[in-house]
Order: sequence, then C-alpha cells, then structure tokens
Amino acid sequence: MTDSKSSRHPNTPIVVVTDLVKQFGRFAALRGVTAAFEGGRLYAVLGDNGAGKTTLLRALAGLTHPTRGSISILGTDALRSVSSQVGYMAHPSLLYDEMSGMENLRYFSRLYGILSDERCRQVIRLVGLDPELTRPVGQYSQGMRQRMSLARALLQDPKILLLDEPFSNVDATSGREMVKLLGQMRDAGKTIFVVTHQSALLETVTDEFVWMQAGQIVRRTGGPGSAPLVSTDQSPGAERRKPDSS
Amino acid sequence: MSLISNITAATLAKDIRLEWRSKDAINSMLFFGLLVVVVFSFSFDPIAEESRRIAGGLVWVAFLFAAVVALNQTWAREVRNQVLDAYRISPAPANSLFLAKALGNFLFVIVLEALMTPLFIVFYKLRALGPAWMLIPIAVLGTWALVVNGTFFAAMSLRTRAREIMLPLLLFPISLPAILAMVRATTAILTADEPAKFWIVLLATYDVVFTTACLLLFETVLQAE
Amino acid sequence: MKRAFPILGILTAVLLSYGLYEALVVAPTEQTMGDVQRIFYYHVSSAWTAFLLFTINFVASVIYLIRRSPVADAVAVVTAEVGLVFCTVVLVTGPIWARPVWGIWWTWDVRLTSTLVLWLIYVSYLMLRRFSTSGQTPLLAAVLAVFGALDVPIVYFSIWFFRTQHPQPVIGGGGSIDSRMMHALLINWLAFLCFAFLVCWSRYRLEVLRREVEEVQSQESMFEARSAR
Repeated sequence: MTDSKSSRHPNTPIVVVTDLVKQFGRFAALRGVTAAFEGGRLYAVLGDNGAGKTTLLRALAGLTHPTRGSISILGTDALRSVSSQVGYMAHPSLLYDEMSGMENLRYFSRLYGILSDERCRQVIRLVGLDPELTRPVGQYSQGMRQRMSLARALLQDPKILLLDEPFSNVDATSGREMVKLLGQMRDAGKTIFVVTHQSALLETVTDEFVWMQAGQIVRRTGGPGSAPLVSTDQSPGAERRKPDSS
Repeated sequence: MSLISNITAATLAKDIRLEWRSKDAINSMLFFGLLVVVVFSFSFDPIAEESRRIAGGLVWVAFLFAAVVALNQTWAREVRNQVLDAYRISPAPANSLFLAKALGNFLFVIVLEALMTPLFIVFYKLRALGPAWMLIPIAVLGTWALVVNGTFFAAMSLRTRAREIMLPLLLFPISLPAILAMVRATTAILTADEPAKFWIVLLATYDVVFTTACLLLFETVLQAE
Repeated sequence: MKRAFPILGILTAVLLSYGLYEALVVAPTEQTMGDVQRIFYYHVSSAWTAFLLFTINFVASVIYLIRRSPVADAVAVVTAEVGLVFCTVVLVTGPIWARPVWGIWWTWDVRLTSTLVLWLIYVSYLMLRRFSTSGQTPLLAAVLAVFGALDVPIVYFSIWFFRTQHPQPVIGGGGSIDSRMMHALLINWLAFLCFAFLVCWSRYRLEVLRREVEEVQSQESMFEARSAR
C-alpha cells in the first residue's frame, strides 16, 4: 500500500524538530519531540486526546512558541519568514461566519499579497465548492465549512500543509473528496501533515503514520523511518497500536 | 509600505461591511449613547449654572464609557472561529491589522460622539464662548487617544481572564493625562476662561507618543500566544 | 551571600533608628507648619524610593523585551510590588500631612497627583500579571511597563499646567531647605533604600524559589503521565 509511494524521488527533510518541549504551566504537552520529515509526503499524525498532536501542529505553524527545543522549516528557524509557505487548518474554520466563502477568501488572499479574485475562485473550485455561492459561511454544513477552510489554507499555494482534524463531523462525501484532493496535492510535491482520529479515511493516501503518546512520537510506520523510535515508553499501549485496517 | 496600506484598507473595509450588514453593534451602541446622555442629564441638573463649567467633563466621561463598550467588541469577531490564528500565520504585518482596527474603532466612536453631542447641547443648553471650530481637532485628537490605546489593550486583554474588565483597568490609568487634556480643552472652549492651546498640543503629543508605541509593540502582543 | 542579609538587616535597623532620631529630635522645627512637617522625611524618602524602584522596573522590562531574560522579569515583578508599597506610603502620608496643615485631605498637587497616577498604573500592572492566562505574562507586563513609563512625563506636565491655571496648595513645599533638614532627609532616605533593598532581596529569593518549584513540577509532569498509563 504505502511502499510503492515511498519509492519516489529522494527528499531532504524540510521539517526538522529537535527536542521540542512545550509546557503550559505545569502540563507538558510536548515532552521532547525529535523527528525529521521529508518533503512530498503525507503524514498522518495519530494518537489519543492529550497526546500532543494539536500542540505539535500549532508549534509547526508558529502559533505556539516552544518552551525548549527548536523547529526548522525549509531550512530556517525563523518560522515567520517562511509563513507564506505554510498553510494551516484546524477544527475552528478560521473564517468569518458572516461573510460568504468568496468574500472570506478575497480578504485572506490580501494578507498574502494576492490581489486577484481569480486565485480565490480557482481554489474554491479545487475543493469542490461554488465560488458564486453567496450564503455566509456560518450557514454551511460542516463538510462545506471544512472544505472552505482548506481552500483558505491553499490560497498562497504553500509547500507545507498542516491540517488539524479536518474530517471531524464531516459528511462522508466531503471527507472522501478532501482525501482525494490531499492525495493530489501530495503527488504535486506538497508536504502534508494531517492530525486525525480517522486513519481509515486517509489510509489510501498516507505515506507514513506518526503515532504520538504523552507528548512524544512513539512510532512511525509506512516509510523509510518505519522502525519504532527508540523510546523509554515501555507501556503496553504503544505496542498494541496499529493502523486501523478495518 | 503599500502592503501595509493594502491590508489595512482591506481589513477596514471588511469590518465596516460586516458592521453595516448586521448593524448589531451600531444599533445597540447608538441607543447606549443616548441612554448615557439621558442618565447624565438626570444626574447633573442641566439647569444649574455650574453645568456649563462641568459640561466638558460630563461629555468626555460619557464618550469614555461608550468608547469602552465599543472597544471591548474590537476583536470579538476574530476570537470566534479563531480567525486571529489565520492572521498570525500569514506574512501580513501586525501593524496593518492594528491600524485597521484602530481606525475602525475611531470611526465608530466618532459616529457615537456625533450622535451624543447634539443631545448634550440640547439638554445642557450649551454654547461655546470660545472658538467653536476648535472643538473638532479636540474631538479628533481626544478620540484617537482613547481608541489607539484602547485597541491595543483590548488585544492584550484577550490573553487574560476577565477580559472585559481588564480593558478599562489597563486603559484608564494610562489615559488619565489625555482625559485631563480633553476635558480641560473642551471646557476652555466652552467657557473661554483659559487657553486651550496647551491642552491641544499635549493631546497631540500624547497621540504621537502612544501611536508610535502601539505600532512598535503590537506585533509582540499579537504573536504572544 | 547568606551572611550578608542579617548584616544588612542590622545596618538597616540602625539607620532607621538613627533616621528616626534625626527626623523627630535633631531636625529643627519647621517655622510655619510646626512638628507636623516631620512627616516630610518619610513622605519624601518613600517617594524617592518608589520612583527608583519603578525606574528599575522600567529598565528590567525593556531588558526583558530585548532579551527575554527570566532574571529581568523576576526583577520587574519584585520592584513593581515593593515600589507599589512605598508608593502607597506616599499617598497615605500626603493627606495625613495636608489635613492638619491646610485643612484639606487632597489637592491637585503636581507630585502627589502624579504619584497617584503612577500608583494606578502599577496596580493595573500587577492585575495584568495576576489575570494573564498565557505563558507570555512577562511579555505583556513588560509592554505595559513601557507604556506606563511613557505616560509619566506626560502626566507630570499635564498636571503642572493644570495647576498654573488653577493654583492649589503645594504639599511638600518648594524652595530651599535648611541644611539640617536636608541631612535628616538624606539619612532617612538612605535608611529607606536599605530597607527597600532588604525587602526586594527577600522577595526576589521568594520569586526564584517559586520559579524553581514550578520548574520541578513541570519536570515531574513530563515523566508522570507515562507511568500513569
């Protein structure tokens, strides 16, 4: 399943995390994450609630500042300087409920210095929605809202996509459409991280599964780094976890 | 520089459009402004001679309360749906967002003042004994003084518990010299008892100093998680 | 370093006692206000001490903004708290002085009113620190301290001008001061500085310990949930 996809052109790591620690007061959300991620692959980040998946993604997006450790994206520590190369999407839509999809995207595209409407239309069509729809985003179904949020993340054609639970509460059709699109983006060379509880949905396009537990990456399968990471976590839970093959 | 003004213009246009569509805030704030004027008129007897002398203070205190209610709404839409995150991850400079929000607040509060002023004039039978045109720069400078810091502190308050009380707690102490200046300048024009020029210059200085400080430090505050 | 604390404590106690003696006994009685004026030695000493501490707070805040140094932040919080206490003393002794002498509790005295605004700014500073939810509390507080520092000269000027239009009694007197009074004032100020230093030092130690405890608790939580599974 994943092997044929992993025998593509060799890639250098474009996201490197070194001993990343993030503490919120007394709670340690990330306890020393060290990993390198190659470009042009789709990583599914799995784990229980509280494992640190969201924190890791937010740290990569530059929304959360590490307590210790470092993050390097596209070769630099200064995440702000590569912000136009990173697209982020989370469970809240990051869109204004009161505006239509096109109005939202028109506004957000200005933030990236994109002045033409054509790009907005293009990207809305790409996610399977109608640019002419005047309904405010607040009245969309969850599936449509997530797709519009994905469109927003794609506006600036970023090299890296960070998606935090994009499929939660989304109808099956929207979910499948999004997965197909993600596969296409990955094939076009984008690096994609998807935090999800629905690994089955992503199975067909995932290059590598990354398991997190208690603030650390405990296992990676499906790619060159497929051996379990050296970890002091000897708890039985880590061994029992496998990709959801049902 | 043009990138900043593009984004500022786009953000301001968006905010005005959204405000105009729902008219929620406008309607409730206009009514609130009216109520404040009426409450003040009941509390400070407009017939008494003294009222003319304290009118400057009354008017600005009324504007201040209305402004605080408006300022607390500055980031409300962005906080829903975590839109601020979308802004933070974009390469857009934080200043453009700040300017847009400050200008938006400024316009909003000026509209409120434009409503409340005629009411005050009517209730208190106000007449300017000094050059009345000078009230315009006073209103502009004074409102900007409140709004520029108010927008900034509203953003800081987002990172606190008790968000809505935090804004006035931070804003009032820092604004005291500006409030003194606004009130004294207005009183000077109304009563022609003292020169307003010093106060206007002080207000202008305050505005320059704090607008600069806000522009320099807003990025830091926005990127703080 | 640990031995220095009791030594400094004794020195402070001595200075304070000497200062008390100077202020109440040695210094001459003021000709218009009488013995009530003696509160001046405490009023002014507290004021100068508070301003010094707030200045240190401002400098520490700027250092924090530039360097994100945790030590700078600790110094900032310590000087803000201790400075606020001395500032409160100024605001309390001012009216206590004013009442018997001028028959009023308060007046738009330049220094007193500026001190009031400074007091309000620092109360808001401490409230911000207390109510802040994010881990970026030191950063927000430092920003507020900068705003406060920018405000102070403007406050001073605004009230100064206000007074020229509306003259009011001056608390604290202006003009020249008898050299024996100056001597008593300086002794007391030195004593207050030592006392302030002692209190700051203790508070700083407390702050360092508190941060160490937090650090240890964070470290523990790093290992804790693993074994809980």
